[in-house]
Amino acid sequence: MIKRLFIFLVLIMTAVIFLDLAVNYRENVSLSPLGYYYADAGPGELGAANLVTAVVVTYRGLDTLGEVTVLFISAAGVGLLLRRERKSGSGDGDGGDAVMSRHRPSSEIVETATELLLPMVILFGIYVFLNGHLSPGGGFQGGAIIASGTMFLLLALPESHISRLLISIIESLSGFGYVVVGVLGVMLAGGFLDNRIMSLGTFGSLFSAGAIPLIYIFIGLKVGFELSAVLDRFREDTDRS
Amino acid sequence: MTGLPISVITLSTGLGLILIGLWGLLTQRNIIRMIVGFSLLDTGIHMVMVSIGYVTGGTAPIIDATVPAAQAAARVVDPVPSALVLTAIVIGLGVTAVMLSFAVRIHQTKKTLDIEECTESRW
Repeated sequence: MIKRLFIFLVLIMTAVIFLDLAVNYRENVSLSPLGYYYADAGPGELGAANLVTAVVVTYRGLDTLGEVTVLFISAAGVGLLLRRERKSGSGDGDGGDAVMSRHRPSSEIVETATELLLPMVILFGIYVFLNGHLSPGGGFQGGAIIASGTMFLLLALPESHISRLLISIIESLSGFGYVVVGVLGVMLAGGFLDNRIMSLGTFGSLFSAGAIPLIYIFIGLKVGFELSAVLDRFREDTDRS
Repeated sequence: MTGLPISVITLSTGLGLILIGLWGLLTQRNIIRMIVGFSLLDTGIHMVMVSIGYVTGGTAPIIDATVPAAQAAARVVDPVPSALVLTAIVIGLGVTAVMLSFAVRIHQTKKTLDIEECTESRW
């Protein structure tokens, strides 16, 4: 009973804290000075049509590097928590056939649809992260779409094998490439992760905005493969228990 | 009277989600439900952040034919909260994945998802 009272109190207090925000909320009529600078100078300075991308990848690029690191650490944490214990279980490393055959095969409709749609899903993911500087989207979104393609594959064909080695190679290389582009920014342009190491190109075309598409390709690959690895970990784990 | 502005609707929905999520975190005993509560709390905070960045009549901060670069600063919403929320969503995803794998692990060792069974770290 006393616990419920406390919970009620906590909720009321949180509501009071936020009530002030809600009651005194007035819509902004103009941008904040920082937002104004980004919106005003951003297109000319960085050549990115999508201002959010300009903020995420260049103005706040260091935060994004930290964000990618957090995602990497959480993927590593999932891998650590759900790692396969070789001592117990059937003994063979690749997941015994006895375990795998417990799966009911998915219906032909699901399998055919996957074969048909999977390339398109992955292509769409690549499109989204290649056009991150022009349209809504970007590396994280594109990576998530690619990972959803992996999810699709795992749902339809649970026995399909995803190469752990390939995933870790691509992931490490793209993470490394991201940092290399950042360091090149220090040497060739204004600072860490400056996108003006390549020519800004024609505003609004695919090959524009300097290094932003390059960075988003790295982020997209990294996020996509990282999330695929996480999904694969969860899949293996349901096999075991 | 043209009704509530869109930012007020998203702001109050966000606040509601924060309260529902917090309630779920505090009252539920099933770990999966607590994780759902956390995700609701997370989403609520994102909605509040995005609505704070809204500018009356503003459009998405993307320069194209309808929003030329010269008028950008006058016509777009604040790109900074959007960028921060993008970061926050990704980190929330990472945290949720780790929480879920903890839940899987706890279920393997204890054969239950009840948080009351996890008495080792209780004080």
